[in-house]
Amino acid sequence: MTDVVATNETILVVGGGISGMTAALEAAECGKDVVLLEKSPSLGGRVSQLYKYFPKLCHPTCGMEINLKRIKANKRIRVLTLAEVSAITGKPGDYTATIRISPRYVNEHCTACGACAEAVAAEFDNEFNYGMGKRKGAYLSSAMAYPQRYVIDPRILGTPDAEKAKSACKYNAVDLGMKEETVNLKVGAVVWATGWKPYDANKIQPYGYDRYKNVITSVEFERLMDPFGPTGGKLVRPSDGKEAKNVAFIQCAGSRDRNHLKHCSRICCMASLKQSTYVREKYADDANVSIYYIDIRAIDRFEDFYKRIQADPKVKFIKSKVANITEDKATGNPILHGVDTEGYHRYDNPHDLVVLAIGMEPSVDASRIMPGVKADASGFIDINATTEAVFGAGCASNALDVNRSVQNATAAALRAIQVVNRVSRAEA
Amino acid sequence: MADTKIGAYICKGCGIGERLDTAQLAMIAQKEGKAQVVREHEFLCNSQGVEMIKNDIANEGVNHVVIAACSRRSKAETFNFDNVAISRANLREGVIWITPADDDKKEIVQEMAADYVRMGCAESLKMQIPAGNPSHGNNKRILVVGGGVSGMTAAIEASKTGYDVLLVEKTGSLGGWAAKLHKRVPNTEPYANPMDTGVADLIKKIESDKHIKVHLNSTITKTSGAPGQFSADISTESGGTATENIGAIIMASGFTPYDMNKLPHLGAGKSKDVVDQLGLEALAKAANGGPIKRPSDGKIVSSVVFVQCAGQRSDKEGELPYCSGHCCNTSIKQAMYFKDQNKDIDTVVMYTDLRTPGNGEDFYRSAQKKGVIFTKGVASEVVPGSELQVKFQDKILNEDAIAKADLVVLATGQVANSGVDIEQVPQDEPGKWAANKQSVLNMVYRQGKDLPLLKHGFNDSHFICFPYETRRTGIYTAGPVRRPMDMVQAIEDATGAALKAIQAVENASLGRAAHPRSGDLSFPTFRREGCTQCKRCTVECPFGAIDEDEQRYPQFNESRCRRCGTCMGACPVRVISFENYSVDTVGSQIKGVDMPDQFSEKPRILVLACENDAYPALDMAAMNHIQYSAFTRVIPVRCLGSINTIWVTDALNSGYDGVILMGCQKGENYQCHFVKGSEIAHTRMSKIDDTLKQLSLEVERVKTYEVAITDIQRAPALINEMAETIQKIGMSPLKF
Repeated sequence: MTDVVATNETILVVGGGISGMTAALEAAECGKDVVLLEKSPSLGGRVSQLYKYFPKLCHPTCGMEINLKRIKANKRIRVLTLAEVSAITGKPGDYTATIRISPRYVNEHCTACGACAEAVAAEFDNEFNYGMGKRKGAYLSSAMAYPQRYVIDPRILGTPDAEKAKSACKYNAVDLGMKEETVNLKVGAVVWATGWKPYDANKIQPYGYDRYKNVITSVEFERLMDPFGPTGGKLVRPSDGKEAKNVAFIQCAGSRDRNHLKHCSRICCMASLKQSTYVREKYADDANVSIYYIDIRAIDRFEDFYKRIQADPKVKFIKSKVANITEDKATGNPILHGVDTEGYHRYDNPHDLVVLAIGMEPSVDASRIMPGVKADASGFIDINATTEAVFGAGCASNALDVNRSVQNATAAALRAIQVVNRVSRAEA
Repeated sequence: MADTKIGAYICKGCGIGERLDTAQLAMIAQKEGKAQVVREHEFLCNSQGVEMIKNDIANEGVNHVVIAACSRRSKAETFNFDNVAISRANLREGVIWITPADDDKKEIVQEMAADYVRMGCAESLKMQIPAGNPSHGNNKRILVVGGGVSGMTAAIEASKTGYDVLLVEKTGSLGGWAAKLHKRVPNTEPYANPMDTGVADLIKKIESDKHIKVHLNSTITKTSGAPGQFSADISTESGGTATENIGAIIMASGFTPYDMNKLPHLGAGKSKDVVDQLGLEALAKAANGGPIKRPSDGKIVSSVVFVQCAGQRSDKEGELPYCSGHCCNTSIKQAMYFKDQNKDIDTVVMYTDLRTPGNGEDFYRSAQKKGVIFTKGVASEVVPGSELQVKFQDKILNEDAIAKADLVVLATGQVANSGVDIEQVPQDEPGKWAANKQSVLNMVYRQGKDLPLLKHGFNDSHFICFPYETRRTGIYTAGPVRRPMDMVQAIEDATGAALKAIQAVENASLGRAAHPRSGDLSFPTFRREGCTQCKRCTVECPFGAIDEDEQRYPQFNESRCRRCGTCMGACPVRVISFENYSVDTVGSQIKGVDMPDQFSEKPRILVLACENDAYPALDMAAMNHIQYSAFTRVIPVRCLGSINTIWVTDALNSGYDGVILMGCQKGENYQCHFVKGSEIAHTRMSKIDDTLKQLSLEVERVKTYEVAITDIQRAPALINEMAETIQKIGMSPLKF
């Protein structure tokens, strides 16, 4: 049984990505008790799947290391993984959160030695790589995974692999009898930081994500750069493993579009500008990048980064909403069709690989969190219409970049502290 | 303090027991490591193993624990004992996972493990348990500088959390620029129409809050002290000076609109009917819902052109290179002032990229529905006259064109009120600090009166993951002084800054460090009698934590310190140290290694690795079964800046064949979380060649690299390269 001590002076943070980790840490470092929930087996969220951040081109795992070190050192934070909220009831300062914890089938004895993974044969699509490539049926999602504890995929239960994993473990860490648990936690305030998911690219029919192998999304593109990712860090296209030197980025893929997401997802312009540097990093002067855009939204000092990329002769900007994509059967090249609105030229441009700068939508529709929490039309938490003690943080509340998510999460942590401080004053 | 009693615990789990002779390691810990309690355990991180250690702490008087098991990054929570000095000897990721299991390698692998045990014990022996900063302050009041939306929000939020606030505003009223707005951009569904600014409500909240004390018409003439014990001189309305004590500071000094008179080609200053966005707000306020009249002759405006990016996103001298972020939405809002009053008024927004992120897109669509025209074009000239002519290049038709209008609004940018650029302005002599009119805080800091700037005059943090990581502990910026921003972001930013200020006073009162070594209780001290007053520490501290006293000795302000150790690395006479991190704790590890003789063909490579990036990269290499030379001995350091060159010279003198320093990226996009540490280390090491020559050693024996946490393949490769180099140039002759 999971033993978590929580009171109505405890802050519950839902979501263990950069926003949730930030909210949890900032509150805990103010002296508050925090329970941090993450539905996947490890913390880190989407930023842990990025190769680099814009505009500094530094690595997200660097900040992650600092945050994990802070979490490991802080006894006020209790991390629960594979955990999801099924209900929140009560009133501000006095909530009961019902939490469902899925079995990991690996207990705290795990030393992350990796013997179970070596013993297991079955492989599954690797969700850390957005389904590209495979991982074992006993796995650690990445070398940065925290908690540093393996997971047994429930799909190997009942197969010989499960027993192999169990007998490979010298430390009795594999517990195949582990059951789903439900715990009720008393909490004073909630920070909701469930983040975002990429818009379903299959819905953008003209771009043929479902039909053409060489049309991928921006989040998938990030994974190609990881030396331990699906291509071993090679920038090659999925259909034939050919080097992807001539790469097109299509902006507003799903965003700013009444048929899809009506909001602007904010990060995609900067993400494509950043990703253009990946192509340059791999192929130097053999690289050719085309960015098809409506407006380049390189807001505030990000303008510097835009100017830097504009100055790159190997990066072309085409002001155009791409009409559709076809495929050259012989070469496997996607061909982009549309009109360049600067001068109204029609184009039919072949590329090695097309990256859809995919839009961002909230992982959880805010209207489903609990009664009293309102969503805007896109499903983000409406800042003006939340309850007095459930606060949105990061991309659960708006389409934000990392920097703004962290600011927002820090603000949300303070709002939560205000509630639990009121509780403690009332009880004093 | 009780005598040091070292307990060394050697784990046999995860293959350590199979690969290594742990009994020999235990003997080394006891005989050479001076550990009084030495135990081997099959599986140290399980509850019995941990209980065993706890029992020794409770009953055997063990107060220094050496864990010879996995990396310090693994099981950190498990091996976390209160009031005990903890060292980790990395036998798993550091030894057995990065070396081959072959029998013929057994000897050198065992030697590697033995050295790590020696090093762990040597470090432990020199460590002390940090007691916490004794000279901490307990003041928890928050000073907010600036009474605009950001400042008022920070004040209200801090007060709501239970902290007293002092709010200082230089003008005679609260509200800042927002008080001059007719309406604001909407922040709620349906994001379709301008809404009330809410400024009056904020002012009312401040005025009725007895925990917020407001000084109007006041400026800060002096700021001194440290988190938990700042003192500020405030020149007040009456002409006097009030000295107030506070625990932390939020600088929300806002922005000044770019002076549009610098844009005469766009008609500014030439025609009264060319206004900036604030000028238009004044006209809209005067009209109060009625028709907006133009300034020159009072004619009701029937056509208006908004010129976006006026003097912004520009490479021209004197103009702003950046985008101010809010202006597209602001012009849309202002176009609606006209359209909502009379839909027949021609409103044209002339833009290059329309930037309305998030739900701003709804606002943009609403404007299109209301008939606002958006033209992609670049205005080159505004010709004055009773009808203004805006000459522009139409980017869609790719031709020159003219738009006529009664009124032209220039969307100019935000210029930060960030005070003095301390990199540019020569510093006053310490002790002779005169109030500087431009300075916001007039800090009595050795390194300058205001916060260091990041870029373009703004006081932002350099870190994407850590937007509040300022270079002056306990002082946080919020709102458009740190980065161009709109009101929605300013409110979020100010609320977050309030948290950081509160956290700073709470940490300070407990004697703890702020981010990124949050909670660290160690702090630097120096041996005064050894100090030569060379000032290197006061100059190099990335956080301005060290001042100079009247006799020019360093004066540590412990609560400002972030515990990176750059001062320790800087000190040529090695008088600066932390209780648990010192020239000795690392130096004794370097010397603790058993040095084989010159003819053994067993070189020794010392790697000093940044604990946040290079060290994890090596750990992850181990997790991925990437091997590197078993002749390597890695020591994690807090920051490359903390590396005192004596370590390198001592290592060479004691026979190491190669030394590698691995720190973070330096330069403009520096990744070093202690700002300058890596850069300083590179500079210091650039002079090491002379030392090598003096010792008659090859310069290839010492290398300094920038290594990222993602360099999981490269970091081991760099080590192996050094091993090859040594093979080529031969062993060091300096072995004893």
